Amino acid sequence: MNNYTKNIRKISSNLLEDGRVDLVLGFKRGTLPMASVPGIARTPEEAQGFVWDTNCRLNLANYITDQKEKIGIIAKGCDSRNIVNHIMENKIPRDQVYIIGVPCTGMVDKNRIRALLDDEIKEFKEEGEVILIRGAGQERVLDKEAYLRDNCKICTHRNPVIHDDLVGALVKEQKIEDPFRDVAAIEAMEGEERWNHFEGLLSNCIRCYACRNACPLCYCPACFVDESKPQWIGKGQDPTDIRTFHFLRAYHCAGRCTDCGACEEACPMDIQVRDFTRKLVKDSFEIYGWEPGLTLDRRPPLETFKPEDSDKFIK
Amino acid sequence: MKIIKIDKNDWTRGIDKSRETYQLFGPVTDSGQSIFKQLDKNAYPEMGGTNSVMSPKSVLFPQTEKILAASLDASMENHHIMQRPAADYSRRAVIGIRPYDAKAVRLVKLNFDTADYRDPYWCDAHGATTFVGLAVNQPSAVDFSISMGSGPFGEEGLDVLLVDLEDHYLAKVLTPKGGAYLSDAGFDAAAETDASLTTIETMQLAAEAAITTTVPTDRLQEKALLDLHGAPFWEDLAFTCINCGTCTFVCPTCWCFDIQDETKGKSTSRFRNWDTCMSPLFTLHGSGHNPRGKKTQRVRQRFMHKLKYFLDKYDQGTMCVGCGRCVEKCPVNIDIRSICSTMNAYDPKDVA
Repeated sequence: MNNYTKNIRKISSNLLEDGRVDLVLGFKRGTLPMASVPGIARTPEEAQGFVWDTNCRLNLANYITDQKEKIGIIAKGCDSRNIVNHIMENKIPRDQVYIIGVPCTGMVDKNRIRALLDDEIKEFKEEGEVILIRGAGQERVLDKEAYLRDNCKICTHRNPVIHDDLVGALVKEQKIEDPFRDVAAIEAMEGEERWNHFEGLLSNCIRCYACRNACPLCYCPACFVDESKPQWIGKGQDPTDIRTFHFLRAYHCAGRCTDCGACEEACPMDIQVRDFTRKLVKDSFEIYGWEPGLTLDRRPPLETFKPEDSDKFIK
Repeated sequence: MKIIKIDKNDWTRGIDKSRETYQLFGPVTDSGQSIFKQLDKNAYPEMGGTNSVMSPKSVLFPQTEKILAASLDASMENHHIMQRPAADYSRRAVIGIRPYDAKAVRLVKLNFDTADYRDPYWCDAHGATTFVGLAVNQPSAVDFSISMGSGPFGEEGLDVLLVDLEDHYLAKVLTPKGGAYLSDAGFDAAAETDASLTTIETMQLAAEAAITTTVPTDRLQEKALLDLHGAPFWEDLAFTCINCGTCTFVCPTCWCFDIQDETKGKSTSRFRNWDTCMSPLFTLHGSGHNPRGKKTQRVRQRFMHKLKYFLDKYDQGTMCVGCGRCVEKCPVNIDIRSICSTMNAYDPKDVA
C-alpha cells in the first residue's frame, strides 16, 4: 500500500472518529482494472476502503454542491481549485469542508494505456512512477510520466491550493513553456478545417450528458438543455442541437474551468471534450491573467466591473 | 440443422452480393469507437472486434426517429394532420450481432409487440431484419451473459449463428430467414453437420468456461417488490452516481423514449428520442410533480425495472443480458453485477 493511501485512510478515520466530519469523500477501488472511483465513508471502518493511485481521474468537488453535512474531501490540485470555485460561488461554505490535500503527479490516460495491449487489461499495478499492465498473454512496464492525461501533462497546479491537511510532502510544480499549444493549433486552422475539427469531435456524441454531470461547474438545478418550460433546444440527435449543447456548456465554464479533465474521463464515447473549453481557459488567462480557483481573495473577472476598464463596449 | 461453411476468402464477395437484396448493418469503427450502423457501400462489418460501445438496438430503435409529420401550409391537402412518414422497411440484415444483443432484441420485443399494443415502427423494422450473429470466442472480463440466460454461443433471437474458425466461419442456419440471407449472399457450401456441431460445441464449452463471473438471480422473483423498493442500500449506491445517461444509452434492452414535436417553417414533425430514467425530466409530470424527483429514486428505478419489475411482469428472466457495457462505461463504475447480487441476497429481516 502506498503512503498516500495509508495517510488518506488514517486522516479520514481520525476525522470520522473524532466526529469532525459526517462523511469523507474519496476514491475506492472499482470492479475493473484502472477504475478508482468516487466513494464515501461514514465510519472509520469504511475509510479503510479508500485508495489512491494514478486512476483517480474524476473530480470529487462535483459531489459537494449544496450538501448540508460536514464533509471531508480528498483533493488533488484540480479538485482543490474546484473547491475554491465552489466556495466563491456560494455552493458550500469554507468551514463545511475539511480538505485533505493530495500533492499529485498526474493521472494516467486510460485509453492510451488500453490501446497498448491487443486484448483487455486484466491487471494494473503501480509502484511509484512505474506502471505494470498485464493482459491475457502480454505484459508491459510503463513509465507513468509518459502516459499522463493531456491536461495532467500541462498542469501547473499539482499541489492543492487550499487544504486543511496533507497526505504527503508538496511536489515540484511543472514549468510549461507553451501551455496552450493545443489551442494555438486549432486557432491556426482555416475556418472550414476548424469547423470540421469540431464536427468530427461531436460525430459520436450520444447526449448522455456524462461530461456535464461529471463537471463540478455544472451544478445548475435545471440545465438549459433539460428545461422544458420554455424549451431552449431540441432533444434529439440533430447536429445543431448537439453543437448548441456543447458550445453553450463550454461558455458557461468560461473563467471557471480548471481543466481537471473530468468531462473527458466520463465521456463513454471518448470525445475530446476539453477542445471546447481550452480556448476559454486560454482567453481568461491571456485577457485577464486569470486562472480559476487559485484564491479566495479575488473575484473572478467575468463577475467584476471596473470603471477604468479599457474596453469601450462596456462603457 | 443445416450448417454452411464460409471460407473467409469468400466473405467480402458474399457481403457485397447480399447488398443487392439487403440493407446491411454491422459494427464499424467511427472516430475510434465501435458502433453499429448502416454500412456504406464500401464498408464491411468489422467481425474481429471486441464488444461494440453502442449496441445494435439502434437498428430497430434509432436514438431519434421521426414518427409523424404534417404540413402547416393551409393550401396543402391534409395540412395540419399528422401522418406517418414514409420509411424504408425493405429487407435488412444485421451482421455480426453478438448473441447477448440478439437476446436483448427478444426482450425488447416483449414490450414493443404485445397483445394489446404493437409499436409499428419497431415491429416493422424488426420484421424486415435478419440477424446474422457472431459467437463470442473470447468473452470479455465484464461478460456475464450466462448468468442472464444468454451466453457466448446463445441462439435466441438469431437467424444465423456464425462461429469464427480462423480461416472460415461455420454458419448455423437457425431460421428460414437466415437461410434466405445466406443463399442471397451465395454462401451455399454445406458443411458436414455432425462434425461441425461437435466442433462448435467444443468451442462453445471453451468460451463458456472463460466466463468466470457468476451473478445470482435465482431469488429475485420470490422477493416482495416493496421490500426491495424500500431496501436501505439504494441511498449509498446512488451517492456516487452522476446521473448521466450512459448506462441506459449503451444498454441493449433500455427501451424508454420521449416524444418531442419540432416545427420549422411550414412543416412539423413528431420525433421519439431515447429517454433515460437517470434524467430529472424522466417522468416529470405536466403538473410539475415528479414521482422520481430524487437521484436515489432514479437509480433505484433503473435496477428495479431491469431486475424486478420486468421479471415479475413477463416471467422471462431479467431485462439484462449480461453484455457488460454499463459496467465498463459507467463513469463511476456502478456495477450491475454487484447490485444484482445485493438484491438477490437481500432479506429485510437482516436489516432490522
